[in-house]
Amino acid sequence: MQDNMRRKAKELLSGGAVRVVIGYGEGSGGGVRALFVRKPEDADRLIYDERCVQNLAVYLTRREVKALGKPAIVARVPVMRTIRQLMIEKQAAEGDLAVIGVSSDGSLLDFPDLKSMAEYVSSIPFELSSDERAAVGKLEKMTAGERWDWWRGQFSRCIKCYACRQSCPLCYCERCTVECNQPQWISVPSHGLGNLEWHVMRAMHLAGRCVNCGDCSRACPVNIPLNLLTQKIIKDISEEFGDTEEYALNTFKPDDKEDFIR
Amino acid sequence: MADFEPKIIAFVCNWCTYAGADLTGTSRIKYASNVRVVRLPCTGRIDFMLLMKAFGRGADGVIVSGCHPNDCHYTSGNFHARRRWIVFRSLIDFMGIDVRRVHFAWVSAAEGAKWADLVNRVVSEVRALGPYEGYKRLAPVRADWRTRDAG
Repeated sequence: MQDNMRRKAKELLSGGAVRVVIGYGEGSGGGVRALFVRKPEDADRLIYDERCVQNLAVYLTRREVKALGKPAIVARVPVMRTIRQLMIEKQAAEGDLAVIGVSSDGSLLDFPDLKSMAEYVSSIPFELSSDERAAVGKLEKMTAGERWDWWRGQFSRCIKCYACRQSCPLCYCERCTVECNQPQWISVPSHGLGNLEWHVMRAMHLAGRCVNCGDCSRACPVNIPLNLLTQKIIKDISEEFGDTEEYALNTFKPDDKEDFIR
Repeated sequence: MADFEPKIIAFVCNWCTYAGADLTGTSRIKYASNVRVVRLPCTGRIDFMLLMKAFGRGADGVIVSGCHPNDCHYTSGNFHARRRWIVFRSLIDFMGIDVRRVHFAWVSAAEGAKWADLVNRVVSEVRALGPYEGYKRLAPVRADWRTRDAG
């Protein structure tokens, strides 16, 4: 697998098809880090193992990465889903990048174009795992007061470093509402109010878009289970609106059902 | 808590509910004066952050109201808004925010009586719940800070 990936990267770079391969490399302290390979001979530094979970699509929309030239990106299923979402949102187009796909059983996938990648990833059902459903369900069973206290406890650790936003490949706005101070939508300090407002806004802005890659909670330095919020929304959207290929909040059905509007 | 008067912020659309509330007045229907109406072009414009801001500034309850489905001045603003409310209401409930303080309604320009009834009902429900102390305690600020500019 790893050898195939290196061979593929070498082939793409030496053939001039891409200028940079974004993959995983050995980092410090036994970790992995994102590796930007620009010369074919460096392709042997690429690695692929169970530690390689970061969603590298986060780099695709970054200006300094765009400046490197056309990229190829090592992409597991959630990453391919991200790229598909970026295409829907007109942040990536056919020909902008090449994908070195990795299937869920760990074999290398070759896609002639992004369209075939999008078709491949659409054919894999997008749903929460049973563990994720159980975690969401556990909170749902609590009373509102218990949930309030539980989240207050979780958010009390938040230092508003915005690592959740920086790690998220779909939080690509160049100017985020949280930095907007006229009006000041989000209270700046990381006290209860500021943290609550920030996490509500982050989750809502990802509603219908989040691909559940889990990078936000992995990036969180204080281990807030942030993806519970986005997973709850994923669950709601599939229950309320059915499985939809499009951005669920950018469309509607005249007969959407609710029971709370008087 | 006998003398507690809730502070209610209503976000309404210009074309239906605002005109409906106007009709309530011109029809001389009396209703609770606890509501502060904020007029917006369309329910589609009512960003969820406006609701968060209302609570952050010390509201005890929030009303969101606009045109009935199929009556939107901009054809589909209220349909989009409805989807957003379904997701948003469920999310804040999941986070433990008291959804009994967040009320949604369709009030057309001809429903002056419905507006009065809606406001009266929301005010009495929120009055029974008491001030939203949990939310007000989130930020460590001086007690008069909110009342000063939220009036």
